[in-house]
Amino acid sequence: MRKALFESFIYGPLTEPALKPDEAGLAELAKAVNRAARAKLGRSLSIRHVDAGSCNGCELEIHALSNAFYDLERFGFHFVASPRHADVLMVTGPVSKNMREALLRTYNATPDPKWVVAVGACAIDGGLFAAGYAVEGGVNDVVPVDLTIPGCPPNPKALLAGLLALLQTAS
Amino acid sequence: MALLDNIPHREKAKQHRPWPRAIVTDDGWRQAIDQLAAGRCTLLGLWGDAPDVHMALMAENFDDIAVLSYTCKDAQYPSVAARHPPAIRLERAIRDLFGLDAVDAPDTRTWLDLGFWDVRHPLGKKQPAQKPAPYAFLPAEGEGLHQIPVGPVHAGIIEPGHFRFTANGEHVVRLEQRLGYVHKGIESLMAGATLDDAAKLAGRTSGDSTVAYAFAFAQATEAALQVKAPPRAVYLRALMAELERLANHFGDIGAICNDASFSLMHAQCGILRERTLRAAEACFGHRLMMDAIVPGGIARDIAADGAAHVQALLTEVRRMFPRLVELYDNTASLQDRTVNTGIVKPDFVRQFGAGGYVGRASGRAFDARRVPGYAPYIDLRFDVPILDAGDVNARVWIRIREVEQSLALIDQILDALPNGKIQAAIEAKSKTCEGLGLVEAFRGDVLIWLRLDGKGRVERCHLRDASWFQWPLLEAAIEGNIVADFPLCNKSFNCSYSGHDL
Repeated sequence: MRKALFESFIYGPLTEPALKPDEAGLAELAKAVNRAARAKLGRSLSIRHVDAGSCNGCELEIHALSNAFYDLERFGFHFVASPRHADVLMVTGPVSKNMREALLRTYNATPDPKWVVAVGACAIDGGLFAAGYAVEGGVNDVVPVDLTIPGCPPNPKALLAGLLALLQTAS
Repeated sequence: MALLDNIPHREKAKQHRPWPRAIVTDDGWRQAIDQLAAGRCTLLGLWGDAPDVHMALMAENFDDIAVLSYTCKDAQYPSVAARHPPAIRLERAIRDLFGLDAVDAPDTRTWLDLGFWDVRHPLGKKQPAQKPAPYAFLPAEGEGLHQIPVGPVHAGIIEPGHFRFTANGEHVVRLEQRLGYVHKGIESLMAGATLDDAAKLAGRTSGDSTVAYAFAFAQATEAALQVKAPPRAVYLRALMAELERLANHFGDIGAICNDASFSLMHAQCGILRERTLRAAEACFGHRLMMDAIVPGGIARDIAADGAAHVQALLTEVRRMFPRLVELYDNTASLQDRTVNTGIVKPDFVRQFGAGGYVGRASGRAFDARRVPGYAPYIDLRFDVPILDAGDVNARVWIRIREVEQSLALIDQILDALPNGKIQAAIEAKSKTCEGLGLVEAFRGDVLIWLRLDGKGRVERCHLRDASWFQWPLLEAAIEGNIVADFPLCNKSFNCSYSGHDL
């Protein structure tokens, strides 16, 4: 293994160049973020992920953001374990009735200023699951959403572009 | 001897394939419970279809499967769980969804209905919801015990579920799971859906196993309609299934080591996982290969340069993976955490019919690809790795060995990939027909049973994830371990919440 580690000095990092922020996302956010909040946060955002009923596809791609290719933390984002430490709630899945209360409590536990990002087709409007007795709807039906990142699931590049738009507007 | 030889039954359903479905009354149902309790067969599934309850059984040597159907009287049926504990959660789920009661059931608490729905028994005789009684967790009594409630929202990027630990200092005395938070009503959405829509829903039952679910749904549909997918489609399905297995095993091996604070393995395995997903995207246009398998065949042929991408992936994995395995094996601090942690007893694995690495790490030699077997695996050579230790380490090693087997399988698939069509015509039958599919996902066997109406729509579809028979064993595996080892044990199981909650 030592050999593999030394090789990494020769071959350089796998991390790919930064993407442009998502244009549509920027426009969506321009309304949402105020100047005072920007001053407070600097260029760093703490993210708390909440699965409100997802099939776990979105989680896999959110996980991928932390791998060597995307390296999310170089942009000043990092995932935190408690909503009390978070600036951003990244919510996946249609909101199941069974998770509605838990999502609300997580939202209320997150200090202001805060942003909610609805990740994936289901989080936007309930997706394929919207019609059921067990689903409340999209994230916006339960807590106010500032940014949506479409896709089933959105790939890591789409997730990055969306988050960079958030960072640019928020800082 | 066939399974049904020992079970008295009135008749066999005429349009049920590929295995038989028998209509039983009390004596047949009880005879089946006797066989389960005596360990002569394995419970493969138990689901409602009001006013009936169906039970799928698998023979001891895995080579025969049968479905038994019991028609409830006054919405009641004799409890299977009363004598065979693996059925407990299944019976609780049937009661919540259908309002069918298991008589003499050992546990009558709700399971999927957490008290937030507007209706009770949404798949049976609907009734307005009532205010639920507080959920009573099972007691654990003794001096110095304390409870640690965790979830449903967890600290990491994972699915929601509640764990109630009772601990004595560092040591876990009892863990009780409370699941159902991501229940989306998939089985109710399936009822009346077109085959296209139903296949999409099946592929979103558990995102990490989307290929396996779409595969099992296609198998069940094709069995019901008596359609055969073309050979090229069948081989490409297996290619997708093995890519999915590779990606998940890489992710799991890394994540288990990460839960023992060994982040180097996590980073390196993450690279292999990403490369696998990129190869999948280059071949089939989607990183997780969602909606790529459809009833009758596959939605898209492999890209012209797809095989080259897969070859490049195999070369890279064969270069890097052995070094990672060596690193895992030679790092004493890591082994200190994984060896002898979270042991699952072989008896439990057999009793619960636990599939996947959970079963195979505790000596249960079941892999649905091998026996009962399905195309194209019947024509391919591969080993089913088995270990006996049953600890976290054994579950890691099963994954390591399965990665090696998947690489060899992909070689064979690419070599033998037939030319020709990728989609057979799907035509609705004029009468009702039923089919069953059983596919080996990365975490274990996925069972899908369905009944199609005469117009090509789904009338009833039941999806049973391997997690149903693995989650309860996690409760047993953690007993006597320290709280800090729970993430390690949990990740080594990597059960699906969404696949279980539906």
